[in-house]
Amino acid sequence: MSEPVRKSVLAVGPFHPLQEEMEFFQLTVDGETVTDIDVRISYNHRGIEKLSETLQFDQVPFLVSRVCGICSASHPLAYVQAVEEIAGIQPPERALYVRTIINELERIHSHLLWVGLAGHFIGYDTVFMWAWKYREPVLDLLEEITGNRNNYGNVKVGGCREDVPDELKPKILRELDKLDKKTLMLTKAVLDDPVLHARLKGVGVLKKEDAVKFAVTGPTARGSGVDIDVRQDDPYAAYSDLDWAVISQPEGDVFAKAVVRLLETLEAVKIVRQAVNKLPKGPIAVEVKEIPAGEGCGHAEAPRGETFHYVRSDGGNRPVRHKIRAPSYVNVPSFKASCIGEQIADVTITLAAVDPCYSCTERIAVVDSHHKVIHDYDTLLRLSREKTARLRNEIGTPEMKLEDF
Amino acid sequence: MNQEELDNRLSEIEARLIGVERTVDNRVFLRCESEQVYEVCRFLFDELSLRYVIASGVDAEDCFEVLHHFSDDASGCIVTVKAFIRDRESPEIESIAPLIPGAEWIEREIHDILGIQFRNHPNMRRLILGDDWPEGVYPLRKETKI
Repeated sequence: MSEPVRKSVLAVGPFHPLQEEMEFFQLTVDGETVTDIDVRISYNHRGIEKLSETLQFDQVPFLVSRVCGICSASHPLAYVQAVEEIAGIQPPERALYVRTIINELERIHSHLLWVGLAGHFIGYDTVFMWAWKYREPVLDLLEEITGNRNNYGNVKVGGCREDVPDELKPKILRELDKLDKKTLMLTKAVLDDPVLHARLKGVGVLKKEDAVKFAVTGPTARGSGVDIDVRQDDPYAAYSDLDWAVISQPEGDVFAKAVVRLLETLEAVKIVRQAVNKLPKGPIAVEVKEIPAGEGCGHAEAPRGETFHYVRSDGGNRPVRHKIRAPSYVNVPSFKASCIGEQIADVTITLAAVDPCYSCTERIAVVDSHHKVIHDYDTLLRLSREKTARLRNEIGTPEMKLEDF
Repeated sequence: MNQEELDNRLSEIEARLIGVERTVDNRVFLRCESEQVYEVCRFLFDELSLRYVIASGVDAEDCFEVLHHFSDDASGCIVTVKAFIRDRESPEIESIAPLIPGAEWIEREIHDILGIQFRNHPNMRRLILGDDWPEGVYPLRKETKI
């Protein structure tokens, strides 16, 4: 009789300690080396595809924008493109530009969110604080345009719901200039940092042939030298009118994915600036009457990769089938190729490198409901400084100073 | 490949199909019976090097449909293989996951929510449904109401 096979399994999840989402990675390990990985998901399945069959065509965008708080522009866009394909609707030109602006602002804030989290995951919290600070004004712009920092609900079949007001254009351009400088500084800081090179280079490599086999998309594919990008390959919105480049890196490691996202943020700033400058005059939506029977495929390049929606209509006012594929659905199984053979310590950042998503809707404001006091950013900063000064008075200054070393 | 070259290459597989539908220029639907699905997908993936996107399982009242979507990123064309499963009592189709590992999850998901069996699938465990979900209840079938 042969000996039973013994193997050590390390459980990460079901509540992920770092990513704060429900996903369960079972790592089979030999010492510190990972020899196999099993992923379990769907602890929080919401049945959105089934729900979509109960809603009318014009209600569905609000549902699918809630697939993910971060990708709440790309999902509705992919859906409305599928429906517009069925009905042969051509949205007005201004709507296409507004869609471009919203989707690229979304990409900027999502990529900065990832850069911050990636820094946090490897214990580099300065990057986290920088990136998230630079992300704030982008969310503020989105709020000014759509009314919401996330879950914009801006796109509809036939066009958009809210316009980018002309009087907001100077402010957007001003913020973009600031953001451009800061992101450039952040990119240079990351690219020049020997610690980050040592930590991320050669870690969690996804080879090009594995990227193809696992059908990965977005920065995960482009970081492995597969230069696919829906914005370029099957142009939608106003992307074909604008000047920008697809960023790809051949290495396939975590560092390559970070470089792709940072450079893409700079490209996104470039796209928004051009779109704001070229924003054509005219209406932002056409009237839509009935959606005929038929089927359509819509896809859009979300921050994490291609978002794909398949919609089938039987001529009624509800879709009879609506399939949604978010990019993480194909990116996550690629761990089977990128994590095996890695050290346990490297797996955390490798799992984070595909940017599996979760939503963030926090804001800096303290509301005191009894006294109806609302603190703005400056007040909070002042209060925080006053508190530090008070603590210093109470505890006294530290005996050792940096200069002593 | 541009659109014209793609169309020419797609005509090589016509013998295995029961029809080709085209909604707009760059959306092609290849209709086939479920027995042909593996060969048609192998042709698209291996010989035309199209990118696998995802599959959609559809409960179409009189039959089940499994739609494998592929993308030709050079021309921006989405090629969908629409396979019909006529047997509603015990729906079965060949798995393409041995060929395309990226299809493993979605076939498990379709198995969970529509009850379609995938032959030769390397790992046919549940993906979406919980371990305590009753056997034989398929939430995305039309007869399951919410």
